[in-house]
Formats: sequence, C-alpha cells, structure tokens
Amino acid sequence: MNPALQGLLTIIVGVGGCVGYFYFSNQLLDRVIFPARGPNAGVNINRANQVRPWLFLFPAIFALGLYLAYPVVETLRLSLTDRVAGGGYDWVGLANYTQMFNEPKFWEAMRNNMLWLIVVPAAATAFGLLAAQLTDRIAWGNVAKSLIFMPMAISFVGASVIWKLVYDSRPAGQDQIGVLNAVWMAFEPGLWSTIVLRILPALLIVGFAAAVAYGAWLLAKPIIERDDRGPGMLAAGLRGAVALLFVWLIWESVSTLPGLLTSELPYGEPQNWLTISFWNNFFLMVVLIWIQTGFAMVILSAALRGIPEETVEAAIIDGAGPFDLFFRIKVPQIMGTILVVWTTITILVLKIFDIVFAMTNGQWETQVLANYMYDKLFRANDWGVGSAGAMVIMLLVTPILVWNVYNARKEMR
Amino acid sequence: MEGIAGSKSHLTWAVHITVALLVIVWLFPTVGLFVSSFRTADQISTSGWWAALFQTEQNMVLRAQGPDAQVDQDGVFVISGNIFDEEDVAAEEITAWGLSSRDIAAYQPGETVDLEDGQQVTLDAVGNYRFTSPTEFEGRRGERLFVTATTPPTFTLENYDTVLGENVIERMLVFLVASAAAGAVIYFLLRSSMPVLSVAISIAGALVMLVLLINIFGASTGTVAGAETTDNISRAFFNTLTVVIPATIIPILIAAFAAYALAWMEFPGRALLIACVVALLVVPLQLALIPLLQLHNAIGIGKGYLGVWLAHTGFGLPLAIYLLRNYMVGLPRDIIENARVDGATDFQIFVRIILPLSFPALASFAIFQFLWTWNDLLVALVFLIDATGETTVMTRQIVELLGTRGGNWEILATAAFVSIAVPLVVFFAMQRYLVRGLLAGSVK
Repeated sequence: MNPALQGLLTIIVGVGGCVGYFYFSNQLLDRVIFPARGPNAGVNINRANQVRPWLFLFPAIFALGLYLAYPVVETLRLSLTDRVAGGGYDWVGLANYTQMFNEPKFWEAMRNNMLWLIVVPAAATAFGLLAAQLTDRIAWGNVAKSLIFMPMAISFVGASVIWKLVYDSRPAGQDQIGVLNAVWMAFEPGLWSTIVLRILPALLIVGFAAAVAYGAWLLAKPIIERDDRGPGMLAAGLRGAVALLFVWLIWESVSTLPGLLTSELPYGEPQNWLTISFWNNFFLMVVLIWIQTGFAMVILSAALRGIPEETVEAAIIDGAGPFDLFFRIKVPQIMGTILVVWTTITILVLKIFDIVFAMTNGQWETQVLANYMYDKLFRANDWGVGSAGAMVIMLLVTPILVWNVYNARKEMR
Repeated sequence: MEGIAGSKSHLTWAVHITVALLVIVWLFPTVGLFVSSFRTADQISTSGWWAALFQTEQNMVLRAQGPDAQVDQDGVFVISGNIFDEEDVAAEEITAWGLSSRDIAAYQPGETVDLEDGQQVTLDAVGNYRFTSPTEFEGRRGERLFVTATTPPTFTLENYDTVLGENVIERMLVFLVASAAAGAVIYFLLRSSMPVLSVAISIAGALVMLVLLINIFGASTGTVAGAETTDNISRAFFNTLTVVIPATIIPILIAAFAAYALAWMEFPGRALLIACVVALLVVPLQLALIPLLQLHNAIGIGKGYLGVWLAHTGFGLPLAIYLLRNYMVGLPRDIIENARVDGATDFQIFVRIILPLSFPALASFAIFQFLWTWNDLLVALVFLIDATGETTVMTRQIVELLGTRGGNWEILATAAFVSIAVPLVVFFAMQRYLVRGLLAGSVK
C-alpha cells in the first residue's frame, strides 16, 4: 500500500479509535455497568466516578509503561545476560560491565561526555543569559531573539551539515570554502595573532578558573567555618565533593595555559578541525551550544521579565551600576530558572547522539556514550555490553530525575 | 539623569553592537548553507560562499577555438572569437591574462603579444581574442588562455532540480497555494459551528490535500538526466512526512484525556502518577531501543511505519501529559464546577470545555512533537529503516550523503536545506506557541 495512504488510514484509525474508545467506554460505564437509575442510582454514580479516571488514564499508562518503564527493567536484565546462539539468554552477572570497563573506547566516551557535560550547559546558559539580558533592552530585541532562537528548529543532522561546511578545509594554495579555515589563513605570525590566539584565550581560561574558584569558595565556606546552623553531614559532604570537583576543574584548565602560550601554531596551513584530537570535541560542542543558546535565552528572558521592578529600582537608588545590577540583583533572583535551564541541557547532553554520529561517528577520539552504545548494539551486535552502556546513561540521568520529581512534588503541595 | 530606573544607559550603543554581533554569528552558518544550495558545484569548490554575494575576481583557464576555425584573411591566418561565449562562462571584465600557468597575469587586456614564428595574440577586456599567424595553424586543440576576470554573483536553481526532480519548486508552489486555499475554504465553512476545532481541522485538511496532490500529480516533472534517481531525497522527504503527521496527532489525544484526569479528577494515587510522568520525562530513550525492537519483532510489527508511529507516540507522551496537565490545572475552577452542577458528565466537560480552552497548550505540544519527529534520526534508524532502505527518512539520507558524498557540497547543502526548511517554516509561523510551551514544559 502507498505509505501516504497508509499514513492517512493510520490517522483516521488512530484518532477514531481513541475517540471511540473514550466515548464508548464512558457510555458503557454509565449505561450498562453502573446505570444511574433504579434503586442503586446514587451508589452507582459514585462507583462510576471512581472508575472513570482509570478509563481516561488507561491508554496513556499502558503506552508509558510499555514504551518507557518496561524498557528500563528489560535493559537492566539484558545488561546482566548474554545472548546464546540459537536463542535464549545466559545469566552472566556483571561480566558485561567488567568487559565494558576494560575497553579504552568506553573511557574515551566517558571522558568526552564529561567534557560535554561541563562545557555545553555552561556555555549555552551563559550565552543565553547574555542574549536575554541584552535583547530585553533594545527596540529590535524581538527580531534578534527570534533569529538566535532559530537553530532550535534545525535538526542535529542539519546542524551537522551546516557546521561541517564551516569546518571544511581545502589544500593550501586554494581558496578556503570553510569560514573557519578562511579566518585561520588570515592569521600571520605577529603581534595581532599573539593577542587573538594566545592572550585572549588565556584570559578566558583564567576568567573561567576564577569563576570556578569563586563557586568552590562559596560551596566550601560553610564547611570551613564550621557553621553549626548549616545543613547536616550529607549536605556538607555533597558540598565538599562538588568543591573538590571544582578544584580539579581549575587545575585542568590552568594546566593548559603553558601549552597554549608556548606551542607552535601552524600558521598558513589549513586545518582539518574535526581530526585534531581532543580539541575536535569542542568543535562538535559548538554545534549543540549554537542550538541550545536560543532555548536558554527564551526561558531566561521570561524569568528576567518576571523580576519585580521594585528590587531593580531600589538597587539603582542605592547606587548600583549596570554590572552590579545584573550580577548581584537580577542573577540571584533567577537562580532557580538558571538551574532548570542547566539541568534540561544537561539531560540533552547526556543523550547526545546525532551530532557525533553525523560528523565524526566517534572517530578521532570524539566518541560519546550514546554513540558508543549504538555501535555496540547495532554494529557489533553485542546487546549485553550495549545495554550496559545504556544503563550507564540512565545512571547519570538519575540524580536529575530524582531532583525533578522532588521539585515537582514540592510545587504541588 | 544618570542611573535612574528606566533612563537609557550610555552603554546602549555597546548593547546594540553586541547583539548585532551575536545575531550575525548565530545566523552566519545557516546563511552559508542556504547560499551554497544556490551555487554550482564549481563555484562552491573554488570560493567561499560569502564571496558569492559580491562581484568576484576569479582565475579561469579557458581554451580558444582550435585550428579548425582559422580563416585565411589575405595571407594571414586568423582565429578569433569571444572566449566567454565559447566556454559559456558568465564573466564581466578581464583584468589581466596570460599564456602560461607560471605567469597567469602577464598581460593587460588589449595588449598584443608576440609569440614564436611571427604569431600574435590579443585579448580585450570583454573576452574577444584574435590569434594571427603568417603560416597555417597546426595541431588540433586551441590555445589555453589564463584569465583573471570579475564575475557577477550568479545563482541557480539547478541543485534543487537535481536533488528533488525537475521543476520541483514551481510545482510545489502551485500545490501549496492550492492546499492553502482548500484549508481556507474548510476554515470558513466550519468557523461558525466549531470555532476552535476548525483551525485544527483546516490545517489537517490542507495537509491531506497537499499529500493527495503530490500523490496524484507527482512532485516534479521527472528526474534530471544523470542524477542518480535524485539520490532518493524526494522519496525520503515524503517518507518523513508520513512518519511525522500521525506521530504528532495520535499522542495529543491520548495525552489530553490523561492530563484531564490528572488535573481535575480525584482518585487515589494521582500524585504518584504525576511523579511518574515527571520521572519518565527524562528517561533516555536509548534504553528503549533493544527491548522495544524485540517486542515489535515478537508481535509481528517488525521495522516499519507502524512501529515508528507507536514509538514516537510512547516517547512523546510524558511531555504531552506534563504540558497539558500543567495548562489544564490553571483553567478556572468555576467553569468546570458550574458545568458539573448543570449535569454535564466528565466526558462532556472534557470535550466541550477543556479541549477548546486548552488549544494553546495543544498547539505548543504539537509543534514540539512535529519538530522532534521531523528532526529525529535515532528512532527512525532503529524502528523504521529496514535493510531495503525503502522507508528511509531525510535525516538518515543526509547522514548517508555526508558519508558517501562528503565533497559534493551542492547536493549536500541542497538536501540539508530542504530538510530544515519545513521545520523553519513551522517555527517562524508558530513561534508564539513554541515559546509558551517551552516556558510551561521546563520543570520548575
């Protein structure tokens, strides 16, 4: 059958089926099973109203259970078993996990995912906040917003093509058709190149390290000062762990400085950006940052507009400058929303697949967990290890899942 | 008046410049793809797309007519002609030219150059050349001329014809106008009886009309000779539409009923169910791939449209329920209680009151689901595309082109632009609802 006709038929059957199910099941309940007449009318109405929510919910619960809840359990089971040739499964315990942990590719994927996890949400949120704050203050802000927001509509695959053109390289001597190489070829050894390529990035890294250090200090302060009114042991431990992570981040970023300042830069040679290992991860991340900044901007812009005008006015009367106003009055008030944006992008990053699949397919040390898992499942046909990889992604998502549920419940009360 | 709330800061110009820079950086890559899709393969591979917008200076190697064309003018043998006409090159003015690849800009236009054996050659600024010789020219091929010329910006629709089939853009425009007209007629017929639903029905009607027109008349007048069955792009395009439309419509209905129950009906376990929905919101669908593929194979669906529709429905439901419930909870309690007092059943309240009032939330979920299913790669790879590749979708096709045709930017750029054009249109048309949905959908 023609797929378009099949689609049309599915719409009719699907929509008609849904409407029919809801209509007739309600009719059945009200007219046949618990009719609202005769001696038991009152009891029957009550009973019908107790059953009805489940009629409304049944298709959704069924689909959610089958398509999202059951797979979690089944994947857990698969990750603990191995397929036996000819059908059936063997219980192997944690063997799949040990096998996975012994693969360098897995650790490469883990390292890259952590990099993505640090860089993408931070950069997207920061750019989004910047764009939100700036566009709110100018007349053509809405046009600017909708243009920055536009990449949200573009598929990861489409974005990959767009950026592959940006990163394209031609042999030296020909005109470069990728923007990045065209810009790169314009650099020559000299003062300007030193400023743009060495000093500016170094300042950015120092700034990043300083910001992280400030965050670490804020986290560690209650522990160091032994504030008795502060949170209990668990919270203190959590703070300590995050602060240690921050210290590690500072070390990692500062330790790139000597290399950055002294390395020989290959001026005048077109670069294959996507094959330069380690740094190519960042070229891939740019694609996702480009897409997600619009999302962060839209949400944060709404939050900024929701800030009570009085607080801003009071701060200005007290003599706050524009930067004080932004960092010390506005940002603290929208901290909750920033956190929401951050976690939403974090979840997306953990599942990132299409960009890597389309641009490098995990070559040149750009593997990420989702693509690693896809490789195992559908190329190597190793369901056990593939499922174990999926469980790792699930495990990484779980803290955010718990946090979301906790917040949603708090809000409902 | 410095520092008073509401007065303009002196930093305003800096803000304007920063925002303009941000917008340019954000737009630049997409514009590059768009412009490239209108350039020929030669143009794309010899100069950056940004150069296409201006008059450019290009170096070309052009060949004059061979000795066959020589004319004997009173004992002097002459080969003359216009170098641009012969090679069919669009160029305006020659700024320099040469006769060997070692020195391509040796001579000025109009200059006459002596060659060996008393031969002479001249080339003027608009490309007229003239070889003269006292003896007959020998050999078979013409002389090569190295030319530096300015060329005007030129654009072509050729790539779209190659990728989608001949005259596809003209045809599509006609079909779109026709189906938009059909949608408008439906809207005006239904407007008075069903004020809210008529919008949805007329959009659906227009889409059905479009699909029918394309199926009856075909999307193009045929494939361009030499293009390998247009790289399956146009089939992938319609396959994608076939996946997207049912996968967008069906979850809305299921979710709407569930959301109503979670928002306005009292029953034990409601809070737990809502918590479950919030939890399922972030469960990575990577976990579902193998178990569901096994399930589909076991119940005989296998890989195909039915499987992908079901999968998209399942994966879209948490967001749909969450969005719709949040919206429905905010509807005024009075209306619903008044209707109950007047004797309306829950089913009637839902269909007559809740559904029409929830239109903005329904629209924003529909846009989300549309964008997500149109742009999806993973679900289609796993649940739809079988070994025959008959049911391939746009994203998959583009990834394939990236692999096999990494260098053919004209085809890649055009295919990619076709695939992102549809979501972009939806995006700009319905941005308001998308923003509203985003604001409601992020867990606060």
